[in-house]
Amino acid sequence: MIEQVRNSRLAEIFAWTPLRIGVSLVVPVVTFLVLNWSFQFMRAAAAPRAVIAVVALVVGVGGVWALFLAMNQLVSQFPIRARDTLLPYVFVGPALVVLMVYIILPAVRTVSLSFMGRRGEEFIGLGNYVFALTDPGMIITLRNTGLWLLLVPAVAVTFGLLIAVIADRMSEFWERIAKSFIFMPMAISFVGASIIWRFIYFYQPAGFEQIGLLNAIWTYFGGDPIGWLTWRPWNNLFLIWIMIWMQTGFAMVILSAAVKGVPSALLDAARIDGAGEIRVFFNVIIPYVSGTILTVTTTILILVLKIFDVVFVMTSGQYQTGVVAFRMYQEAFIFRHFGRGSALATILFLAVLPIMIRNMKEMRARR
Amino acid sequence: MSTVTATATGKQQVRLRSEREKRFYEWLGKLPAYLIVIALVIAWTVPTLGLFVSSFRPAFAIQTSGWWTALFEAFDAEWTLANYIQVIDADRMGLAFYNSLMITIPATVIPITIAAFAGYALAWMDFPGRTVIFVLVVGLMVVPLQMSLIPILRIYTDAGLTGTYLGMWLAHTGFGLPLATYLLYGYISSIPKEITESAHADGATPMMSFTRLILPLSVPAIASFAIFQFLWVWNDLLVALVFLGTASRNVIVTTRLAELVGSRGQAWHVLTAGGFVSIVVPLIVFFSLQRFFVRGMMAGSVKG
Repeated sequence: MIEQVRNSRLAEIFAWTPLRIGVSLVVPVVTFLVLNWSFQFMRAAAAPRAVIAVVALVVGVGGVWALFLAMNQLVSQFPIRARDTLLPYVFVGPALVVLMVYIILPAVRTVSLSFMGRRGEEFIGLGNYVFALTDPGMIITLRNTGLWLLLVPAVAVTFGLLIAVIADRMSEFWERIAKSFIFMPMAISFVGASIIWRFIYFYQPAGFEQIGLLNAIWTYFGGDPIGWLTWRPWNNLFLIWIMIWMQTGFAMVILSAAVKGVPSALLDAARIDGAGEIRVFFNVIIPYVSGTILTVTTTILILVLKIFDVVFVMTSGQYQTGVVAFRMYQEAFIFRHFGRGSALATILFLAVLPIMIRNMKEMRARR
Repeated sequence: MSTVTATATGKQQVRLRSEREKRFYEWLGKLPAYLIVIALVIAWTVPTLGLFVSSFRPAFAIQTSGWWTALFEAFDAEWTLANYIQVIDADRMGLAFYNSLMITIPATVIPITIAAFAGYALAWMDFPGRTVIFVLVVGLMVVPLQMSLIPILRIYTDAGLTGTYLGMWLAHTGFGLPLATYLLYGYISSIPKEITESAHADGATPMMSFTRLILPLSVPAIASFAIFQFLWVWNDLLVALVFLGTASRNVIVTTRLAELVGSRGQAWHVLTAGGFVSIVVPLIVFFSLQRFFVRGMMAGSVKG
């Protein structure tokens, strides 16, 4: 009620047209000036850190709200018909601008750069793609990427499904505990995970105390210590394992929900017909959750395609452990070869393009 | 569970003398399966445990004996906080932690705000281009962010945005926005339409019904996405390496940690403590908000 009274009084004041136009111009301009000033302020290193922190959080969190409210204010001054036409674009406009600036236009630019030379100035045709597909180092990179794409989804989904099915028979308490621990690596950064596993894979020459867990176990059973991360081509498997360690929890959680959805009547019927637990697993549960398995596999595939951090931290791509997304970073930002970097990014994009088109078609049909 | 005994043959069932014996056989039947899960849980937990235990051991002890030996003699072994003091202060992990927070919080709030407005418009306002925009958002979700890095870096270099908080906020906003919009649209469009219609009849403007009704009702979806985006930005290395760089005042936990691996790859007392500093925030989020966390991870796993 009070709200309405206040609004109507405001409306009376705003009814005076020159003031109305003035306000509608002033509000966005002031908002913009304040934001701009605060960015300048944050860039100046002189201010004390606590002050910068407060300003940064207020501006970062409040600034975007201020922009929306100011634009809404501006549009509200228009006649009702114009307002109703413009308002949707006030709401959806910023999102469109951001998508345009950060994804769509850069993607177009990256594709065009992929046909250009090192600095992106002269057209060289398919040269960068020829490099990406025939260079000896790149062939190893592509082989490794294939290995990642094959192993991570396959092993993570297998383990995930196994745990989901078994944990389903445990008491609720133990199921929760088991799933928590398996899922926990999902929360950790790739960098943190890489440090954890570098420590496990750590190598000391024979005669020294092995402080890396894997070599400690290996030498305990009589083996000579092995530099797991330099042992090509097997070192790739030790990097891939890190990703499996992180993704199994994800596969488990999604598949667990699907496994719980298998009707118990179906399971009981199979058991009464004499099927053992293993046959029930393969002939009842797996067919029932196959759709979910496909979804999880696709999701992990997309993620693995872009894997960068693990390789960066573990080996920096040395010892023949490079993958496409890592090489993209290396070519573009270490060697400063924008053409090759763009071509590698475009290859990643082409790999997800079928999934993208399928998703878009599905959404279009659903609307 | 009755299902397990059903696998035992009829003869055996006759031989079961008491409830107690029956329960024992049930338990025995489940044992192999339980052992598999227990083995996996141990295998999945031990690596992180090794990091945690080592981070409290003196540098010399870490280099000369396995961390598991300290567990067996937990009361005799020497424990210390020196690694943390060193890594936070001398190795600038404290500054990195501060910078990570300053980047992550706005980089979580900004995309949520923009996406909520867009989701509201897409769900309930009628305007030309609505379907096209929605299908576009769905398609952009899986575009690898590698497609944006080079052109955006060039723009940032010209505009002086490299190495700034603002540049990082906007970049993470851009990369997180398709997913945020898709999720919030999905949730907002499932809210019954009568709610805003009656508000509209009472004279509420679209902005009022958005801030007073839709946002409060969307809290579960917002919380799930917020956790996902928060962890995604906190854990990100690539975007930070490209747009923020590793100049000393710009470090965040992931870039600082990666740098430490490069420069002090054998200094395990520094790396384990630093590693733990970087994962403590995600672990707290994980254990305190697990339900939202799982939902957010499930929804967010398709991000590009």
